[in-house]
Amino acid sequence: MITILAFYLFATLTVTSALLVIFARNPVHSVLWLIVAFFNAAGLMLILGAEFIAMLLVIVYVGAVAVLFLFIVMMLDVDFAALRSGFTKNLPFGLLLALVLLAEMIIAVAAWKAGPVTAGVAPTSAHVQPNIVALGELLYTRFLMPFELAGLILLVAMIGAIVLTHRSRGDSRGQNIARQIDRVPGEAVKNMQPAMGEGMKL
Amino acid sequence: MIGLTHYLAVAAILFTIGVLGIFLNRKNIILMLMAIELILLAVNINLVAFSAYLGDLTGQVFAMFVLTVAAAEAAIGLAILVIFFRRRGSIAVDDVNRMRG
Repeated sequence: MITILAFYLFATLTVTSALLVIFARNPVHSVLWLIVAFFNAAGLMLILGAEFIAMLLVIVYVGAVAVLFLFIVMMLDVDFAALRSGFTKNLPFGLLLALVLLAEMIIAVAAWKAGPVTAGVAPTSAHVQPNIVALGELLYTRFLMPFELAGLILLVAMIGAIVLTHRSRGDSRGQNIARQIDRVPGEAVKNMQPAMGEGMKL
Repeated sequence: MIGLTHYLAVAAILFTIGVLGIFLNRKNIILMLMAIELILLAVNINLVAFSAYLGDLTGQVFAMFVLTVAAAEAAIGLAILVIFFRRRGSIAVDDVNRMRG
């Protein structure tokens, strides 16, 4: 009973906040609604028994991706009102397209339910080991290669983002290693004997 | 009882909202990227739901890979957005005609 309640709560909130993401006037609000959507999707996955993916969703999406979006939206000085100018013009056709797409997917699911395709069995709730343990065993044995490749993708993305956004500012003074090494004590230190009452001239 | 169909319906609605978001906010590339994140979230929900239904953890492993690619895509997309904004002072998709594509 509580499962059904939780499912409908999470599902409704996910869909509502997803709608608010695309309909919000302020992009900052869009990002915040995106965070709500991610949290509720994590809840949906939690009641499926996929605890690790749920936690990962919160950490990666809310902790990294959504904050990245928030940074960008706040950093760029953009007239977001002007960007919405085509919104109402696209609305009827866009809604039509969305309805067709949704109907297609629902029909596909219904056909799949009714058809003779017997893909697997009904859920058996006999989980011998915890979700994380099972996932880790699978990830480090059968899917080791894709796992390493995923790490490589992240590395490439990180280096790419740094290379793309890095710019050397003209006013920053870098370290000139050759000049530092070439310095000898004779030119670096001067021994002076200034007269009384007179200052030093450098 | 909550079944697979419920999850598929939620994922389908989420996917549709994502596509609608791309279609409606055709000038605002930040919102387009957010809509892509919504689409990938719908894909993840589908993968996890099928994984739980079939009792096969492969779906959850692939959901993790989708998550990885989504994070990488967001980082690269926003980096490109930042350098584009530096050059042109605007992020309107209509202005992206440098390459005359």
